[in-house]
Amino acid sequence: MIGNVWIHPALIMILGAMGLPFVKRGQIRSLYLVMVPVLAFFDVAVIMQHGVFGQIDFLDWQLTFGRVDRLSIIFGYIMTLMAIIGTIYGMREQEDGQHIAAWLYVAGALGAIFAGDYIVVFLFWEMMAFTSVFLIWFRRGPGSTACGYRYIMVHTVGGLILLAGIILHYKETGSLAFTHLNVDNPSPADYLIMTGFILNAAVPPLHAWLPDAYGEATVGGAVFLCAFTTKTAIYTLIRSCAGMDILIPLGVIMALYGVVYAVLENDVRRLLAYHIISQVGYMVAGCGLGTEMAINGAVAHAFAHILYKGLLFMGTGSVLYVTGKSKFSELGGLYKKMPGTFVFTLIGGLSISAFPFFSGFVTKSMVIAAGFEEHVYWVGFLLTVAAAGTFLHTGLKVPYYIWFGKNNCSKETWDKAADPPLSMSVAMGIAAFFCIFIGSYTPYLYKMLPYPAVAAEFHPYTAYHISETMQILLFTALGFFFLLKKLTPEPTISIDLDWFYRFGGRGFFWLAKKPVQTVDAEVSEAYNFMGLRPLMTISLFWSWFDRHGIDGVVDGLARTVLKTSGLVRRLQAGRVQTGMYYAAGIVAVLLIAYVVQ
Amino acid sequence: MIVKLIDFLRDRLHTVIRISYVVLALLVVNDVLVIDKQHAHTRIEHFPGFWAIFGFVACVAIIIVSKWYGHLGIMTREDYYDR
Repeated sequence: MIGNVWIHPALIMILGAMGLPFVKRGQIRSLYLVMVPVLAFFDVAVIMQHGVFGQIDFLDWQLTFGRVDRLSIIFGYIMTLMAIIGTIYGMREQEDGQHIAAWLYVAGALGAIFAGDYIVVFLFWEMMAFTSVFLIWFRRGPGSTACGYRYIMVHTVGGLILLAGIILHYKETGSLAFTHLNVDNPSPADYLIMTGFILNAAVPPLHAWLPDAYGEATVGGAVFLCAFTTKTAIYTLIRSCAGMDILIPLGVIMALYGVVYAVLENDVRRLLAYHIISQVGYMVAGCGLGTEMAINGAVAHAFAHILYKGLLFMGTGSVLYVTGKSKFSELGGLYKKMPGTFVFTLIGGLSISAFPFFSGFVTKSMVIAAGFEEHVYWVGFLLTVAAAGTFLHTGLKVPYYIWFGKNNCSKETWDKAADPPLSMSVAMGIAAFFCIFIGSYTPYLYKMLPYPAVAAEFHPYTAYHISETMQILLFTALGFFFLLKKLTPEPTISIDLDWFYRFGGRGFFWLAKKPVQTVDAEVSEAYNFMGLRPLMTISLFWSWFDRHGIDGVVDGLARTVLKTSGLVRRLQAGRVQTGMYYAAGIVAVLLIAYVVQ
Repeated sequence: MIVKLIDFLRDRLHTVIRISYVVLALLVVNDVLVIDKQHAHTRIEHFPGFWAIFGFVACVAIIIVSKWYGHLGIMTREDYYDR
């Protein structure tokens, strides 16, 4: 083995991203694209030993870049695995920038996961926000720029809240170590840190950035986005806030909130985004419960979620990639054209719905069981309601309205539809394999969990649990087909809490525009009234005086002279006329000289 | 292959639906007669077919409540933000 050498996986991703522009196009580039995340995965999964590494003295503090224990290693493992899958999925993308942004984003997530103190967490936290926004901007759609700015502004606010919490926490405790906060008796600093973290976990009311951004992101970008931000936030919550009571109701609200909005949503990827909120709700609730089993459940569910949600975003992303459409009201009946994508998406749907032998079954139940075991029954039951809602949408509505149902495709959409290129199918195949593997062979995941002894005693495959799950799911399906008419997609969008900053922003613009414009108009008016008017009046007066005063005297005289000379001309011709004219001229000159004087 | 299978099932939709109902009925029968409810978390789960009722009611409630909520004005035209 390499011994005590520790290589930060984030460093591999960063160096890989920096080297990408120098790799020529073609097969070498494809190989390079696969090798970099594979190397990072190998680093985490094989080389890495437990311990504390990468400590650097900086000003008065000691920064720790590598704290490796069971919790950080399992998150690092799944993050790098997803980086491989996501990169293969996006391999056909020729623009280096998209890969670079995605890899730096992964590096940010890995950096935060292995960080041992809050300064390093904050550093990588910001790196995640500022690299992931490019995955939205690269879509280059009509709304992408504005959407990206909304995304980055929300995350900047979240980052500042986190920073404020960190500073206050340092003042209070004198320590920056990224460890468990005082959850039994939280101070304002602890609440601020928690708020910063739950904003990234998309806990309502701080969630609206998620469906907004993930619906707008590039096809490949959404696959990365759906995996890293929220799950890194779950990691930090487990690390710092496990057992914080307020997280239990927040998690349950999240789980149900996502389900309600998913009913209303017409855009496939936004629907899936709302289901991220719903699923992350289980993890937040598990984190709030804080028992060893609940933490195991939260981690296991995060692990499974990254894979099946990635798979779902890849499946629907493929539909968007080939047809250019992502709305139910513009799709339907595609099973003949895209059967492969249908099967992969269905596997993702069955996994998220927790069907036996699919990954969700062995992870979601852990959180619910932890709730029941702690005798907080309402948590267990409400999370089960959300589970029914999950199957209703992701397992039934998404496949039904894209691949079956009424065919709403335009002729163009229909002609374009086909299974996506090989690299995308391969990526979906890998994710689908893991979804089934985790669900069918539980020791693979359970042995990696933070409390393996507790996990080993959890047996999801009991007759009672299977019977319970099948009843809930299949009777949900019955309800779905009974109420199919009510679920017909409507071409609408649903107002969410981003209304406040969308229109709040507009309010700010109004404030900046309306009063400033009014003042500006008033000032112009005043200037007009007090400055220009008198000036004009004065000049008008001078102009009048000029005409009637000076010119009047001179011209009047000249006119009179002309008139008189006209008369005289008639009287006599010849030199007298000329003489008189000169005489009058001299008089005129003298008069002018007199007046001017 | 997948397409053929789906078409095969679609052509026999009525049979498929009938089989589905039988499966649902068997699930409830299994719950009432066979399953050992020792592992149940709460007493209410001992009610015959509890989870079947729970699943169905949960599904219907989610759809109706959400749609009602959506039609309160939450669902709006697609260019709402573009004004």
